[in-house]
Amino acid sequence: MALDHETLQKVARLAQLGLSNDDADRLNSDLNNILSMIDSLQTIDTDGIQPMAHPLGFNQPLRDDVVTHQDNREQLLANAPATEDGHILVPKVID
Amino acid sequence: MNWQTVIGLEIHVQLSTNTKIFSGASTQVGEAANVNASAIDLALPGTLPLLNKEAVDKAIKFGLAIGAEVNPVSVFERKNYFYPDLPKGYQTTQLDQPIVGAGSIDVTLPNGSVKTVRIHHAHLEEDAGKSVHEGFGDCSGIDLNRAGTPLIEIVTEPDMRNADEAVAFAKALHGIVTSIGICDGDMSQGSMRFDVNISIRPMGEDKLGTRTETKNLNSFRFMERAIELEVDRQIDLLETGGEVTQETRLYNADQHRSRAMRSKEEANDYRYFPCPDLLPVVVSHEHIEELRKSLPELPAARAERYQSDLGLPSKIAIQIADDTAASQYLDASVSKGADAKLAANWITGEITSRANNEDLSFSEIPFSADWLAELLTALKNGVVSSKIAKEVFEYSWQDNQSPNKVIESRGLKQMSDSGELEAIVDDVIANAEQQVANYIKAPAEKRGKMMGFFVGQIMKATQGKANPKQINQLLAQKLNALCE
Amino acid sequence: MSMHTLSISQMAKGLREGEFTSEALTRHYLARIEELDDEYNSYITVTPEIAIEQAKAADELIATGNAGVLTGIPIAHKDIFCTKGVRTSAGSKMLDNFISPYDATAVSKLAQSGMVMLGKTNMDEFAMGSTNESSFYGATTNPFNTDMIPGGSSGGSAAAVAALLAPVATATDTGGSIRQPASHCGLTGIKPTYGAVSRFGMIAFASSLDQGGVVARTAEDAALVLDAMMGHDPLDSTSNPTASPATTASLGDSLQGKTIGVPTQFLSDNLDADVKRVFDETRATLESLGAQFKETDLAAAEQAVATYYVIAPAEASANLSRYDGVKFGYRCKDPQDLQDLYLRSRSEGFGDEVKRRILVGTYALSAGYYDAYYRKAQQVRALLTQQILAAFEGVDMIMGPTAPTPAYELGDKVNDPVATYLEDMFTIPANLSGIPAISFAAGFTESGLPIGMQLMAPHYGEAALLNAAHQFQLATNFHVQAVEKVLEVQA
Repeated sequence: MALDHETLQKVARLAQLGLSNDDADRLNSDLNNILSMIDSLQTIDTDGIQPMAHPLGFNQPLRDDVVTHQDNREQLLANAPATEDGHILVPKVID
Repeated sequence: MNWQTVIGLEIHVQLSTNTKIFSGASTQVGEAANVNASAIDLALPGTLPLLNKEAVDKAIKFGLAIGAEVNPVSVFERKNYFYPDLPKGYQTTQLDQPIVGAGSIDVTLPNGSVKTVRIHHAHLEEDAGKSVHEGFGDCSGIDLNRAGTPLIEIVTEPDMRNADEAVAFAKALHGIVTSIGICDGDMSQGSMRFDVNISIRPMGEDKLGTRTETKNLNSFRFMERAIELEVDRQIDLLETGGEVTQETRLYNADQHRSRAMRSKEEANDYRYFPCPDLLPVVVSHEHIEELRKSLPELPAARAERYQSDLGLPSKIAIQIADDTAASQYLDASVSKGADAKLAANWITGEITSRANNEDLSFSEIPFSADWLAELLTALKNGVVSSKIAKEVFEYSWQDNQSPNKVIESRGLKQMSDSGELEAIVDDVIANAEQQVANYIKAPAEKRGKMMGFFVGQIMKATQGKANPKQINQLLAQKLNALCE
Repeated sequence: MSMHTLSISQMAKGLREGEFTSEALTRHYLARIEELDDEYNSYITVTPEIAIEQAKAADELIATGNAGVLTGIPIAHKDIFCTKGVRTSAGSKMLDNFISPYDATAVSKLAQSGMVMLGKTNMDEFAMGSTNESSFYGATTNPFNTDMIPGGSSGGSAAAVAALLAPVATATDTGGSIRQPASHCGLTGIKPTYGAVSRFGMIAFASSLDQGGVVARTAEDAALVLDAMMGHDPLDSTSNPTASPATTASLGDSLQGKTIGVPTQFLSDNLDADVKRVFDETRATLESLGAQFKETDLAAAEQAVATYYVIAPAEASANLSRYDGVKFGYRCKDPQDLQDLYLRSRSEGFGDEVKRRILVGTYALSAGYYDAYYRKAQQVRALLTQQILAAFEGVDMIMGPTAPTPAYELGDKVNDPVATYLEDMFTIPANLSGIPAISFAAGFTESGLPIGMQLMAPHYGEAALLNAAHQFQLATNFHVQAVEKVLEVQA
C-alpha cells in the first residue's frame, strides 16, 4: 500500500504534525519504503491465531480505592509553558 | 406527513469512588484548579495507569442490576484524539470487550404502561478535564481535576420514540445507579450526562433516518426540551426539502437553541487499539457472585414492595421508588411509626413541592424522616388538624425545629379539653342571637349548612386549635337543644 | 591499575578497605567526563552536585560498615529514565526543558542501593534509532573509532561505559537498543524479561516492548546492577508479579550439558564475514565449556522486523500524543490558535525519525488499515512467540549474532531508514516475545571494532544468560581487550 501526498497530509493531521510540502516530500519516499517492508506481513498465514497484545499472560492488577495523591500542584505544573491561577493556559478552546 | 422519532441514549455516569480510575488522586469536586491532578492525570512522561478496583466493582454492580452479562475478561483501549482537556492525547476506554454486555431496563411510563429499553453495553472509561473559557483573556484555562474520574458509558439501543419515553428511561436509570450506590446522581454537578441520538423517519418506514447527537444534557428537563427542539428542527428540515446532517450538536438551555459543535466537525478517526499499559481485566465468577449478594433493593422491587406491603397505589409507589433518596425517606418514616399512605402522600405532595422550590433532593432537606413520622403521629392522634399540620411542617422546615417542639412552642395543639371548648361554644351562641334565631326558624334540612357560621366563629376564637369533630358534636348538641 | 578500569566488585573492595573513597572515585569519573566526553558526546547532562552529595552519603554509610556491594559505585542513567529535579530529555527538543518531579523506579532502586548518579546519557530521540544519530543533542561516537556509530538507542550509555566514563549504565531496549550498542562498543548488555524492571518513570516508546536493563563491561557487573533494578513495582501494571531470581547467585554454574539452539534464519549467507567468524569462534569456546549446539527453526523470525515496525510505531504514535505543547515540554512561539499550537509544537519539537514513526503508526491504526497492519502484526507476533517458546522446549538458550554487521560510519545510513531497521533483525524477536536476551563482546574485526554475540533464554532466564556470558568471560579475554583498545585510542 503506497501513501500519496493527500493521504500523508491526512495522516499528519490526525497525528497533529504540521508538515510543509518540503517535509512531506522528504518523508514520503521513506514512508513508502517502510510500508513496502511492512507489507511482507501479508504473506504470512495467520488464520485462527489470536492477536497478541502483551508479551506475558498476566491479568490487570487492581488498586485499592484510597487517596494517595497529595496536592503538589506547584511542582507538577512547574513544567507547564503557561499557567495562571492554577490553570494551564492554551489559546482559546472552541467547542 | 406523520413522522416517527427514534431516540437512543449514551449516558455517562460518574462512579462515586474516592479516587480516579487510574490514579490515587481524589475525585472530590469543588477544589481549586488542578489540585486533584496527579502526575498520572497530567500525563507526565513515564507515568502509567493503575486501575481502581472500586471502579471495576461499581461497573459490575451496574451490569448485575440490569440483568446484563458481566464479561469475565474486558479490555481497555486507547481512543486517540487531541484536545487540551485530554492530557494523554487519548482516552482510555473500552470498545470490543466492554465490562458489561447487553441487558435491559423496564421503564414505567407516565400513562402506567411498561416499556423495555434494551442496553447495548456499558463500558468503563475516564472522564476528561475542563476547559474554562472565561477569565483568561484570549486563552482558555485547563483544569484537570475531573480528568480521570471513573465513568461508565451506558449505550442504549434506539428504542425510545419520544421525549417522554426518553425522560422516563433517564429517571429510571437515575433510580438504579443511585439505589445501588455507584453514582451520587447529582446531575447539576455532571454526575450523569446524557448524549441523545435522534433521528426521524416517515411513520411505517423501517430504515432509520440520519441521526444527530445532542451532547452533554445534564437535567431531565433540558433533555426533554432539547429532544423536542431537535425533533422539530429535523421535521422542518425534511418538510422544506432539506436534509439532516449527521453531526454533534450542543443545546443551550438558556436560549433554548442548539448548534453544531465546531470541534467535532472534522470526521474523527479515533484509531482505537488495546492499551499496552493495561492488561486484560479478569473478574472471577466468585467475585461477581459476591457483588451480586451485596446489591441493595432495586427501584422495580421497591415499587413492588410499596404496593404489596404498604398498600400504596402503583403510580405513587413507582414515583417514590424511582427516587432512591425519597425511598429511603419513606422507609425511614414508616419505620418510625408513620402511616405509610399518609407519608407517601406527604412525600409526593407537600415535601416534594417544598424541596423543588429550594432545589433540594430528599437527602438534603432540613425536615427529616423522623420528623415526618412525628408530625403524622400527631395528626393521627388528633393533636393537630391536617390544616395545622401543614403549618407545623412549614415552621419545622423554616426554624429547623421538630414538629412536637413547634406545636408546643407555638401553642398549636388542638383543644382537647371539652370544658374549655364548651365555654367558647356557649359564648359564641350567646353572642349570635340573630343567627341562632334564624337557625331555629329554618327547616331541619337547611340547618346543617347554617352550622358553618358557628364553626367559623369558634375556629376564630380558638385560633384553629379546636378539633373540628368535637366542635360539630358540641354545636349540634347545644343548638338542637334550643330548637326543642 | 587506575580506578576507571576496576570492576564493580573490585571498586566495592577498594571502598570497603579504605583504599579510596566514593567521593574520590566519583570525582575521578567526573574529571574523565570533563576531559574526554567532548570526543564522544555520551552525556546529555552531567550532575556533579548530586554525584558528590550521593558519594559523601555513601562514604558515611561505608564507614558504618553497613554498605552493600553497590554502595558508592558511580552509574550513568540513560536520559529516558526520569530523575527528580534533573532534566530528563529522552534525547528530544520536545523535552529539552523538562525537569522531572520524580525518579523512575529503576533510578530510585539503584539510589537506594547506594549508587551514585554521574549524569544522563545521550540517546536516539525517544529511543527511536540504532545509531544515536537522531538525538537532538547530536550524535554520540564510538570509543573504538570516533568516526563510527556507537549503536543505539542506548548509544550514550554504551559509549560512556566503553570509554570508561562510567563503570556501568542503565539502558533501555525496545528492539535491540541495549544489545546492539553493547555489541558495537565491546560491552555486556542485558535486556531482561519484559516486566522484570519497572517501566514507571521510563519514558515510553512502545509500551509492550520497552524494557529497562544494563550495559556493563562484564556479565558480573551487569548482574550486580540488574539484581538491584529488578523487582515488582505496584506503579507499573505490567510489572511482573513474580520476581526474577537473583542473577548473581547463578554466576558459578557450569555450562556442561547445556544445549544452545542456533536458528538457521540467524546465519544467512550474506552475514558479514567477521561476524560469521566470531560466531563460529564463540560456538567453539562454548562447546569447549560443555555446551551442545543444535539447529532450531524460527521461520517467523524473518517477519520480526516487519512486525516490529507496525507494533512499535503504532504504540509510539499514541504514547507520544501527550507531547502537545500544553502541559509540559516544548511549546512553539506565539501560537495563533489551538490548532497552530499543536501542529507547530509537535513539528518543531520532534525530529524526522520520530515523525516518520508517528506517521507510520498513525497510518497503521487508521480506519481501514487496522486489520491489515496492526491486527496482522499482533498475530505474527503471537506466531513468532509460539515458535520461540516451542524452540525452548528443545534447548536451554538460543544463540546468534547481535547485529548483522559491526559498527559502521556515522552518516552511512542516515538516508535509508529501512536499511537501519534491518540491523535490528536478530534483536527484535526477544522484544516481541518478551524473553530476556544478552549481548556480550566476543571478538573484533581486523580493524579492531568489537563484535557481540547474543544469547536468548525463556522468560525469567536472565540468570542463565548472565552466567553463560560470565563463563565465556572466564574462558576468554575479549572484555579485557576491549578496555585495552579504548585506552590505546584515548592515549
